[in-house]
Amino acid sequence: MSYIPHTPEELKQMLKVIGVSSVEELFKDIKPALRPKSFNLPEGKSEFEVKEYLQRLSQKNNPYFINFMGAGFYDHYIPAVVDALVSRSEFYTPYTPYQPECSQGILQAMYEYQTAICNLTEMDIANASLYDGGTALFEAVMMSLRITQRDKIIVDGGVNPIYQRMLLTHTANLPIKIVRLPPNIKRADREKIYYHLDKKTAAVVLQNPNFFGSIDDHSDIVEKAHQIETLVIENVYPISLGLLKTPGAMDVDIVTAEGQSLGIPLSFGGPYLGILACKKAFLRKMPGRIVGATVDKQGKKGFVLTLQTREQHIRGYKATSNICTNAALCALRAIIFLCALGKQGFVKLAHLNYHKTEFTKKLLKDIPGVEVVNSSTFNEFTVRLKKDATSVLKQLAEKGIIGGVPLNRFYKDMKNYLLIAVTERRKKAEILKFVEALKDAINL
Amino acid sequence: MQLIFEKSVKGRHGVKLPELDVPESEELPQAYRRTKAPLLPEVSELDVIRHFTRLSQLNYSIDTHFYPLGSCTMKYNPKFTEEIARIERFSNLHPLLPEELVQGALEVIYETERSLCEITGMDGFSLQPLAGAHGELTGLLLITAFHKHYGHQKKYVIVPDSSHGTNPASAGVCGYELMVIPTARDGCMDLKKYKEKLNPEVAAVMLTCPNTLGIFNPHIMEIADLAHQAGALLYYDGANLNAIMGKMRPGDVGFDVVHLNLHKTFATPHGGGGPGAGPIGVKKQLIKFLPIPRIIKKDGKFSLEYDKPHSIGSIAPFYGNFLVVLKAHAYILLLGKSGLISVSEKAVLNANYIRAFLKDYYDLPFDRVCMHECVFSAKRQAEKGIRALDIAKYLIDKGFHPPTIYFPPIVKEALMIEPTETESKETLDEFIEVMIEIAKLAEEHPDVLKNTPVTTPVKRLDEVKAARELKLRWMG
Amino acid sequence: MNIPDGLFYTKDHEWIKIEDGLGTIGITDYAQDALGDITFVELPEIGTEIKQFETFASVESVKAVSDVYAPMSGKVIKINQKLSTSPELINKSPYEQGWLVVIEIYDESEREKLMRSKDYQKYLEGLE
Repeated sequence: MSYIPHTPEELKQMLKVIGVSSVEELFKDIKPALRPKSFNLPEGKSEFEVKEYLQRLSQKNNPYFINFMGAGFYDHYIPAVVDALVSRSEFYTPYTPYQPECSQGILQAMYEYQTAICNLTEMDIANASLYDGGTALFEAVMMSLRITQRDKIIVDGGVNPIYQRMLLTHTANLPIKIVRLPPNIKRADREKIYYHLDKKTAAVVLQNPNFFGSIDDHSDIVEKAHQIETLVIENVYPISLGLLKTPGAMDVDIVTAEGQSLGIPLSFGGPYLGILACKKAFLRKMPGRIVGATVDKQGKKGFVLTLQTREQHIRGYKATSNICTNAALCALRAIIFLCALGKQGFVKLAHLNYHKTEFTKKLLKDIPGVEVVNSSTFNEFTVRLKKDATSVLKQLAEKGIIGGVPLNRFYKDMKNYLLIAVTERRKKAEILKFVEALKDAINL
Repeated sequence: MQLIFEKSVKGRHGVKLPELDVPESEELPQAYRRTKAPLLPEVSELDVIRHFTRLSQLNYSIDTHFYPLGSCTMKYNPKFTEEIARIERFSNLHPLLPEELVQGALEVIYETERSLCEITGMDGFSLQPLAGAHGELTGLLLITAFHKHYGHQKKYVIVPDSSHGTNPASAGVCGYELMVIPTARDGCMDLKKYKEKLNPEVAAVMLTCPNTLGIFNPHIMEIADLAHQAGALLYYDGANLNAIMGKMRPGDVGFDVVHLNLHKTFATPHGGGGPGAGPIGVKKQLIKFLPIPRIIKKDGKFSLEYDKPHSIGSIAPFYGNFLVVLKAHAYILLLGKSGLISVSEKAVLNANYIRAFLKDYYDLPFDRVCMHECVFSAKRQAEKGIRALDIAKYLIDKGFHPPTIYFPPIVKEALMIEPTETESKETLDEFIEVMIEIAKLAEEHPDVLKNTPVTTPVKRLDEVKAARELKLRWMG
Repeated sequence: MNIPDGLFYTKDHEWIKIEDGLGTIGITDYAQDALGDITFVELPEIGTEIKQFETFASVESVKAVSDVYAPMSGKVIKINQKLSTSPELINKSPYEQGWLVVIEIYDESEREKLMRSKDYQKYLEGLE
């Protein structure tokens, strides 16, 4: 199976035209000393055989437990229209729309996506996506350093530890100082933030809801930061924006998010969707592709990639970032998802998530040995158990339930803490089963 | 076509959601809530389907048009691998699921790492980088960690002037200063100037081979030896791997770090601009710096190893773009040893076939056998007022996606044509015929080529207006 | 190519008009032609000190961005505000309405490192 159409006759004709006697002659610049020391791959198989093999492999995976895991990646329902449309090969087989006249489809879809993101977050501009939420956060930090020409970043204790680790890795060679506040389940600790906030600070990085599920209104922090011209970067959760106060309303400067919850499957690590939005003033410092509206020679409306001078293929060394590929197909999934739900559906979705979680929290609060640590939350919260979370999860797994993310996976000292997410997919019966099972596991 | 927002009708609803099956609780305090519902379209499901289906029909794509976009390797994307990625037991896995529940997924990643090692001659791979440029950045981070570990003082990264823009951009983001080596008359990096610039403060030399002109550098081993003598590491930009599979392995000829583009060589779809994947491969001495977690196999079981004290950390949230990796893995299994070798052979054959015909009509800056892509210059045509841009736009009218234009920057009016191995002789003949027609029109009737395309739903778009009067969202 | 007399020119295609210790700076007709339709100009703030042959501004078109290098050292005392809304003035009138900044010149002798119009013309002929 090789998808190569050449017949022996065509091969002969082509070689004649080129003026060589064999295909191997075209590789004569690769002298014997340069040839592979080995190339021991198995021979190719038929579709049928490979499918059998991969299906067997897939049987070793089990996603069918009742899932209460979150930590930035959520089990939401994806309407059938998303896959149906995104499976159209006119969407998934082209590349970046460098030739706009024959790419109006993807360009317009991206323009619509940019619009939707701006409306969700109440920010001025959004780009046409980055790789994922973590690299988006990194790019936001880089933006703030460029804009302010300062070299210090404060990262709140409620920012996703996965993204914190990525940030440290990406910035390891830059002459900047990153102050990471200790993990904090509840609302952002103003005292600690203000202690470090000074005129050397380029940005304060916050998250709402935070990693542990707590909701907050960060307007006061934003105001304080702006007094000394420090920027605020907020990492948000798209579905929560159907209900929660927006970063735009808090006067946040740069917004990042993971867009997986907008119609993208859990995917075991990717591909995901990096969302980046900001105030108008920072447009020229924003990395990634941006689609703009314009007209053609006859005055007809159309779309193009614009401000490409910020990008690597023109600016090279001085580029705002090294980004080339984005996550266009994932952004397409997101805009289709948002349109499929529509304004009312999106608000209802947030509503369902919120109330199911409140219901779960109430029941868990009544279990001795289970303490719900946060106050206001959206669809995720943290509990402290009277025993080790991992052993409790083992018990739940035997009943077909993944009870949440044990926080000692990220924080060694949090052995008894469990992060629980309840999305619209968790039926009442599943929630009740979970609560019962947890009660039993706690008392074992 | 109207925006989906413009088709919105108040009160129209889309997909039906389940009703709340638990009692409602107290609402959140006002201070935490948004004041107005977000402005999203209110459209029916049929509206959504029609809108986006119609949009899709406005795109040229591999499945509908010959797409010789040089440097991007726009080969056929097998439908089979799409099907595999939709298997729920692969697509619906939460990345934090306990190891026992994801053994199949971990095996896919592990096996793909091993295949890529064998294909490239490297000793270890990480599939974390989320795109080619991300792989480059990871590579430079690894190289920096290596030098820091051994106490080397490094300041520079060397690149040829023909390099892809992501190379210098990655070096910049990583804190290095750039040294650019010009291309010599043979189309390869100027060896003399390279020797002059090389010094103990160079951290890395970043090359692609064949280079962006589609030319193979026969001195590659010498370049590697010189770099290593100066204490620099050699980095392979794998964008052009499609030309050399089974013919050369970067690991055998002296490259220390390699990144691959799964969405190029390994046929995973480009998605209209992404997502891709840019796995990074290294030689033994750099394995300890690879991102965590590593996938370990012990007694037939797979697990995630985070305890790697020398690791640079994590470059992705988890294990990389798993569903993209899965497609590449399926592709490698389908093609196998002979299949991959045949891919490179036919990719190079197709590009040379085009070169052989068109060199009589277009300037060939480097008149020698090319590899999987050939770079022409529309210099001759530009003298008649027809630029590479005009040629590209006319091709659109003729039903072809244009080749890459104006890259690499060292060639004036560059046309970079990469047909790939999945195109038939008939398709190439059609394309060649039109390119010859264009060359003739440029001589005799250049005005036919100006103001193209004329058959597309929108004509030449005013990019200046787009940049001067920025409209980046619909304001209602 | 328009190359007015009385101005001094750099190899990077900037011009400077020297009058009473002040220098008006812009980019040449050759530069604006090479860039194409200019879409954006980034200018330094008033009070910024610029050094000869170092970058102090940038000019962008759709397909390219170009750093602008200072022909002479000095302090920026005026910037052309009109360019923020009408960057095309640089294309239409590179030597007059398209001026970028006015500086207080620190060292007039620096102009010996620059070209006069005839030398610049010869230089341009050598480039093609």
